[in-house]
Amino acid sequence: MKETKLYEEKVVDAHEEHHEQSFIRKYIFSEDHKTIAKQFLITGIFWAIIGGAFSFLFRIQLGFPNVDLTSLSPIIGNWLTPQGKIDPEVYLALITMHGTIMVFFVLTAGLSGTFLNFLIPLQLGARDMASGFLNMFSYWFFFLSSVIMLTSIFVEGGPASGGWTVYPPLSALPQAVSGSGLGMTLWLVSMSFFVVSALLGALNYITTVINLRTEGMTFFRMPLTIWAFLITAILGVLSFPVLLSAALLLIMDRTFGTSFYLSDIYIAGEALSNQGGSAILFQHLFWFLGHPEVYIVILPSLGIASEVIATCSRKPIFGYKAMVYSLIGIGILSFVVWAHHMFISGMNPFLGSVFTILTLIIAVPSAIKSFNYIATLWRGNIIFTPAMLFSIGLVSFFISGGVTGLFLGNSVIDINLHDTYFVVAHFHIVMGSASFFGLFSGVYHWFPKMFGRMMNRNLGYVHFWFTFIGAYLVFFPLHYIGIAGFPRRYYSFTNFEAGKIESFMDLNVFVTIAAGITFAAQFIFLFNFFYSIYRGRKASQNPWKSNTLEWTTPVNPGHGNWPGKIPKVERWAYDYSKPGAKEDFIPQNVPYSKTPESNLPEDEHH
Amino acid sequence: MHPGIIFFLVILGSVLFHIFTPWYWTDVASNWGGMDDTITLTFWVGGGVFIAVCLFMVYCVFKFSYKKDRKAEYKPEDKKLEKILTLATTLGVAALLAPGLIIWNQYITVPKNAIEIDVMAWQWGWQYRLPGEDGKLGTTQVTNVNDNNPFGINLDDPYGKDDVMIQGDVINLENNKPVKILLRSVDVLHNWYVPQFRAKMDAVPGIVTYYWFEPNKTGEYEVLCAEYCGVGHYGMRGGVVVQDNQAYESWIQEQETFSDLIAKQKILEDGETKLAKK
Repeated sequence: MKETKLYEEKVVDAHEEHHEQSFIRKYIFSEDHKTIAKQFLITGIFWAIIGGAFSFLFRIQLGFPNVDLTSLSPIIGNWLTPQGKIDPEVYLALITMHGTIMVFFVLTAGLSGTFLNFLIPLQLGARDMASGFLNMFSYWFFFLSSVIMLTSIFVEGGPASGGWTVYPPLSALPQAVSGSGLGMTLWLVSMSFFVVSALLGALNYITTVINLRTEGMTFFRMPLTIWAFLITAILGVLSFPVLLSAALLLIMDRTFGTSFYLSDIYIAGEALSNQGGSAILFQHLFWFLGHPEVYIVILPSLGIASEVIATCSRKPIFGYKAMVYSLIGIGILSFVVWAHHMFISGMNPFLGSVFTILTLIIAVPSAIKSFNYIATLWRGNIIFTPAMLFSIGLVSFFISGGVTGLFLGNSVIDINLHDTYFVVAHFHIVMGSASFFGLFSGVYHWFPKMFGRMMNRNLGYVHFWFTFIGAYLVFFPLHYIGIAGFPRRYYSFTNFEAGKIESFMDLNVFVTIAAGITFAAQFIFLFNFFYSIYRGRKASQNPWKSNTLEWTTPVNPGHGNWPGKIPKVERWAYDYSKPGAKEDFIPQNVPYSKTPESNLPEDEHH
Repeated sequence: MHPGIIFFLVILGSVLFHIFTPWYWTDVASNWGGMDDTITLTFWVGGGVFIAVCLFMVYCVFKFSYKKDRKAEYKPEDKKLEKILTLATTLGVAALLAPGLIIWNQYITVPKNAIEIDVMAWQWGWQYRLPGEDGKLGTTQVTNVNDNNPFGINLDDPYGKDDVMIQGDVINLENNKPVKILLRSVDVLHNWYVPQFRAKMDAVPGIVTYYWFEPNKTGEYEVLCAEYCGVGHYGMRGGVVVQDNQAYESWIQEQETFSDLIAKQKILEDGETKLAKK
């Protein structure tokens, strides 16, 4: 504790000496966690627009396979066939890049980078991250990774097109698909830098949470946001290195003629010399990251929802400790369920039963979290801010996507549904939509802290209505195409005998239109976001009457966050609507000695 | 409009869609009807939980929306309620696990009398062979693969000589006889999938994977590739004809063995050499 204090004072001194930093140090190569968070957010938004646009393009191919897109040729010229259709190879590149962008660049870097950076020091009462310098590097490695990935879209042969899971041999052999040439090399290089960025970030988050909590901020007084972020960071540190090793071995196979993943291959009229490798090995390595990765994507959003739902229900989060233990339980279990992505990969069939049991156990902590969100609403006094609507929307997606998880986690059902549209529907709801909703909720909720202004509430409502209904209209019907047995990653569904092809076509048209409207609705958000940065209504210090420490900083917190001393934490973060209290919230820095009217005998536990 | 309406509409819409959907599975044509039953069971259990929990959420959203003169209840936890809910979830999960584990066990236990069918996948098509009279498939090697020997059967392996090589990409199966599908690939991952049979497994270069089923409805079915394999993935189709014993026997009589094919090839090649000499 003593050392922490020394560090804090040093920061304050340094900060007071040269108040104004140069533009470059302040906005570009910044070490301030708030600026870095905004850098991640803006870069994430940029990627989300590209990822969303890509998905709309391939949805056009699926819904309107005969439409002539020649009018779009100034933008996407050489992606079209002479008939004006999306080229089949481009289609595959689009789905691959859509997945890569959304999972890694938006919902990992964009989401974690923004909220873990922004909230960890502010909610814990720290001047900044443990190492601002490494934090800056974390962003710039992400930036480098982004530039490389963006470049790969324009190279000869197109970007990687082996699917976002880049299974070899497809991803290892340029003969197998044209995107496995230079595009795939750049994908691997980009992802390697991405892992470096993720690790630098995660180590910083963990160190900060452990070491830089302000006085009185015990682990069990931390807001649930911080708990979720801490578990997210730990998952990242343990799993991302495995992705890096999988990528390095793939680079070796592609470039140096090794056979980690390749064996007995005859392609393009030629038998390759690779012997003894295993394509399944890659899948094990990939999903050892890949499964914790889906929790890296969803946990920050669940943390945000905990905070927003408690604040806007004006009620303590229900079952705080149960929420913490569920997070830890989900975190641990996430490392022992990876092979449920591989039930029919050709791995030892006995493993199917083991991984089914382990997978379904995750339903228990996940259900506890859902119950507790809803129990928090029960007898609350709910204020429907846009952030709150998005958080409740998240709970809805988490439940419906969790239920379909019960299907896919069960190896017997997965035999039939694996690699069909059911899987696509499932993860777009539980991982895609739910964590996007957490992201939106977080932006609406903490926008006043980020930019000192409010976002427009009514535009927020409109954005929510379109996005919530739109996401269900897009993804819900896809389950049923999957049950009928339609495989994913198909360029076209014509000449299909299984099922009634004509009516499926209607469904694809419907889904494409819904996707277009939902995508268009995101521009309402973009307008609101950028307009409000400059023209939004000025925010007050604590607009949502929240208990957590970030609202004790000035409206526009400077470098070092608090101008004077860092507040001391006296209680937990959820003293909302405490009986006897004057107001319906008591911030964390208010000592019990000042609230004799509302103190309870069990308060010592908090 | 009250935001509770939207959350309610989603539940109502989901249920109505599920009841009236024209899009659902095709009739099962194999012994794996149990997989459909497990899906149905999971729909009842999972769907029930979804409806109950979400309806309760909608109730809360309506009932407890903000009123100025009301104060929320201060209730940080309720250990008893939490225990009950945890226990109920655990029981629900166990109920879904049990049938799943039983059927999975059947899926990975191939009956002894199953007929072996060797399926070779490549970008982008399917090739089939049967073990022939000796009941054993000939060994293979990737360096032997060429247009005339798509499996790469070792020419000096006596077991390979009588292997029945199916020409074309349609395989016939005998109704009500279990088959063990052996899967190979020469290039990338593939997956031999007939939606009506419900079963599937990846074909992985370097190893032989397998699964089994017993067709129980005569007719023609379409084979799809269910593991992404490149540009031709969506067009990688094949066919299966399930027929009764008599029709199957006459079909199998028409098929040629590996040595037949080699001999034919030899005649062709000899002819070509002679032509060249002239």
